Amino acid sequence: MTVTDERPSDAIEKEIGRDRRRKEDQRLITGRTRWTDNIVLPGILHLAMVRSPFAHATITSIDVSAAKAATNVVDVLSGSDFGAELGAIINAWPITPDQVTPAHSPMPADRVAFAGEIVAVVVARTAAEARDAAELVEVEYDELPPALDLKKSAADEVLAHPDLGTNKSALWVFDSGEAGTGGNVEDAIAKARTDGIVIEREYRQQRLIPAFMEPRSVVVDPTGEQYTMWSATQIPHIVRFALAATTGVPESKIRVIAPDVGGGFGGKLQVTPEEWIAWAVGRRLGKPVKYTETRSESLMSAHHGRDQWQKLTLSAEKDGTVTGLKVELLADLGAYVAIVGGGVPVLGAFMFNAIYKFPAYHFSVQTVLTNKAWTDAYRGAGRPEATYAIERLMSELAAEVGVDPLEIREKNWIKHEEFPFTTVAGLEYDSGNYEAATAKAKEMFGYDELRAEQKRRRDAGDTVQLGIGISTFTEMCGLAPSRVLGQLDYGAGGWEHASVRMLATGKVEVVTGASAHGQGHETAFSQIVADRLGVAFEDVEVLHGDTQISHKGLDTYGSRSLVVGGEALVKAADKVVEKAKPIAAHLLEASVDDLEFSGGRFTVRGTDQGMAIGEIATAVFAAHNLPDNTEPSIDAEATYDPVNFNYPHGTHLCAMEVDTETGAVKMRKYVCVDDIGNIVNPLIVSGQVHGGLVQGIAQALWEEAVYDDSGTLVSGSFVDYLLPTAADTISFDIEHTTTPSLTNTLGTKGVGEAGTIASTPAVVNAVVDAVRHLGVNDIQMPCTPERVWKAINGPGSGGATEGAAMPHFESGGAAGNQEQPGQSSTEGAGA
Amino acid sequence: MTRISLTVDGSSVSDDVEPRMLLVQYLRERLGKTGTVIGCDTSNCGACTVHLDGTSVKSCNVLAVQADGAEVTTIEGLAQNGELHPVQEAFRECHGLQCGFCTPGMIMQSVDLLNNNPKPTEEEIRLGLEGNLCRCTGYHNIVKAVQTASGQEVHS
Repeated sequence: MTVTDERPSDAIEKEIGRDRRRKEDQRLITGRTRWTDNIVLPGILHLAMVRSPFAHATITSIDVSAAKAATNVVDVLSGSDFGAELGAIINAWPITPDQVTPAHSPMPADRVAFAGEIVAVVVARTAAEARDAAELVEVEYDELPPALDLKKSAADEVLAHPDLGTNKSALWVFDSGEAGTGGNVEDAIAKARTDGIVIEREYRQQRLIPAFMEPRSVVVDPTGEQYTMWSATQIPHIVRFALAATTGVPESKIRVIAPDVGGGFGGKLQVTPEEWIAWAVGRRLGKPVKYTETRSESLMSAHHGRDQWQKLTLSAEKDGTVTGLKVELLADLGAYVAIVGGGVPVLGAFMFNAIYKFPAYHFSVQTVLTNKAWTDAYRGAGRPEATYAIERLMSELAAEVGVDPLEIREKNWIKHEEFPFTTVAGLEYDSGNYEAATAKAKEMFGYDELRAEQKRRRDAGDTVQLGIGISTFTEMCGLAPSRVLGQLDYGAGGWEHASVRMLATGKVEVVTGASAHGQGHETAFSQIVADRLGVAFEDVEVLHGDTQISHKGLDTYGSRSLVVGGEALVKAADKVVEKAKPIAAHLLEASVDDLEFSGGRFTVRGTDQGMAIGEIATAVFAAHNLPDNTEPSIDAEATYDPVNFNYPHGTHLCAMEVDTETGAVKMRKYVCVDDIGNIVNPLIVSGQVHGGLVQGIAQALWEEAVYDDSGTLVSGSFVDYLLPTAADTISFDIEHTTTPSLTNTLGTKGVGEAGTIASTPAVVNAVVDAVRHLGVNDIQMPCTPERVWKAINGPGSGGATEGAAMPHFESGGAAGNQEQPGQSSTEGAGA
Repeated sequence: MTRISLTVDGSSVSDDVEPRMLLVQYLRERLGKTGTVIGCDTSNCGACTVHLDGTSVKSCNVLAVQADGAEVTTIEGLAQNGELHPVQEAFRECHGLQCGFCTPGMIMQSVDLLNNNPKPTEEEIRLGLEGNLCRCTGYHNIVKAVQTASGQEVHS
């Protein structure tokens, strides 16, 4: 009856480490996909949203009569048509006890707080009819002044929510002197002002849009005993919990399914008004409903990312030894505090000190409400901001001391023999080897040759100058342990759940609470289980993304799936072996103590007797011959909560050519050597790195969400929001060094966000390096030709580019979210 | 309503459609050809790329009535007799997809590119795919996949 291949141990090639082609691909390359928008149910109705064109306004009246009378329109509803069953959009991470948090209705009845907010919903038999009728809804508004500019909003010049009395949501502070993890940063800075170096900079993290390729979509079917929601989400389990917590439906009556999900990058780590409205409308009408956003709606109303001003002070001795780092952030929350919300900059709070041995550190973030789209996680979430700041500063310090930027880093970084290392931010880095990654990257890059070429071009006064940018990054990933998240007032834990089901035919079903949306869990997790249980890769089926199948989980974000979810899988598989062992002993008529398990077989030590785990699964299914008092099951589950975060690192080197006459920049070469511990599937890892790199490079060079001075998003389509194409990018040289993580069995570290976190400062450092001799020490992101040209030809960092960013408007500035040049000063050695 | 008749993935179909209906809507909503997807509303992303009489088009940029009498091939009709098209095979082999949402359009455009230029250089591939956006792969492995499908040697 057993059909599992028996795989004697000596013949087995380890699955972990193999570049297995993905199990997911067959259906994706043939169009047999299950995107939420593909789902059609009998009698399904379609929704269209009526959205506010104003950033801030009172709703004075909504007339739905014409829309209701339109062809095949079933209903038109606005906020006042609903009571508590509409629920609320939650913030799961109040970062301080006194955080100011505006109430967030999925569809407010009285006042809108950003352009794109939903004020009414049309239900019709087809999507086109719903959209047509949405045009007929008459909404009268009284416009209110919008709070747009981050710095002005922080000064409460105009209030985003007048009833709150302030735009300042929360001030979150970490100070190494107070925490006992380091010295007093003010003392360090004061000392450096007299006999050292003080670098003061202000950097802008522009507003970005995650821009996953699949627009968000939601289908709600209220016709079964359990109400079912399909949603293009990263977090089906959290959506289910939040629906139960806010809409009055018992959790046990809710099933949430994330079918094929077309990318997320943090952008689908959200509980959304669109989901909540579809849920409420479906329940009210008792019919299945579907809503799929247009790209413009997605860019306008799905959450944005980043958007910070970073005020930074680094102190050092004259030789470049760092003595202190002070970070003061302003972070734009947008109109509401999203699910992670102000937690995003807090995730960066422990990372500004990065790989360097700062003896004193101070971090503060003031989160600020404005009348723009809400912000939340975008690939890296807090850590790209931190890495950008420190990697820019370290290059500035090198320029000040007059040494190579790699030399200043090496002088200050944690040496490989110093691990485990407790940082000034209070984290314990378990492992790493910055020297090894850097040496390898330098060699691959041809660092010395490129430096020589740079010098030649500089000496010759070439119009096209060469710059070399460096980023020796680290990050914290896994978003766990739960205990630490609790100390930070996060509303959930950081564990993950897995179960392993041993089927009668010897096949294996694995259920994970991590919900993939392109990462390749089905393949990588199969490899882990195949190795652990000694079964064939092809015999493992990975199930996820449906709360009825995977009843327990915390989903996919923060580079956590492998390092947390993968470890849960290991523990569940090990339990299967433990449960099978006494049964194997019974069937082999041997003592448990004489059994060994390897290569998928239990063998009796010193004999040739043995049995495959699949055969045991079959015997357990029959249950004819089991030891007394034995449960006829070897299935197992495990919930794993890590003991620490996880710290991948790497050295990224970028060569950029800058045309000093036009400001145009061109990437010439990009090398990265990432240490992500042991690698389960190098092919999947390479994909994560490539994609991550381009998202980080895109922040440096192209992407920016721009609002005009009335609070309208002017980069609200793919015509205006500049995603890079194949023609804009190059092929990358990627490699790895390996120091296994000591905090999980597999020795793995997260990789999902590494490329994005590392690449942005590498690129900007390269652009600045190319023109530093022309008096430039900062160029604001994205480094458009206009900004680069302005930086070369005038003071500041290139400043606003409203003219370039607003091709549809003849006059008026992009006052919305920009763009004073950052302030900078340097005191000390060469200044 | 206008009557149209066309061939889609080898099958003859005929329907009354609104003149404003886009080809991609017709494929998805009327024929259930949901392998072809919609990623934007400005014809920037290329996720909806299909072949119309053997040439790639963005099916969000073609009205269904314009396809009257034409032969349309979607991602669902690319594999023949259970055999994947070499470009489909190469995308899997080279890990040229992650979430897979851009993949139908990217593959259809790559097939068209190779029909016109069987041995493209890397630069020609990158320019040829400029109208198709991918947010996952950084394009690196997509370029490799097209190189592989063209039978050219690929350096990692």
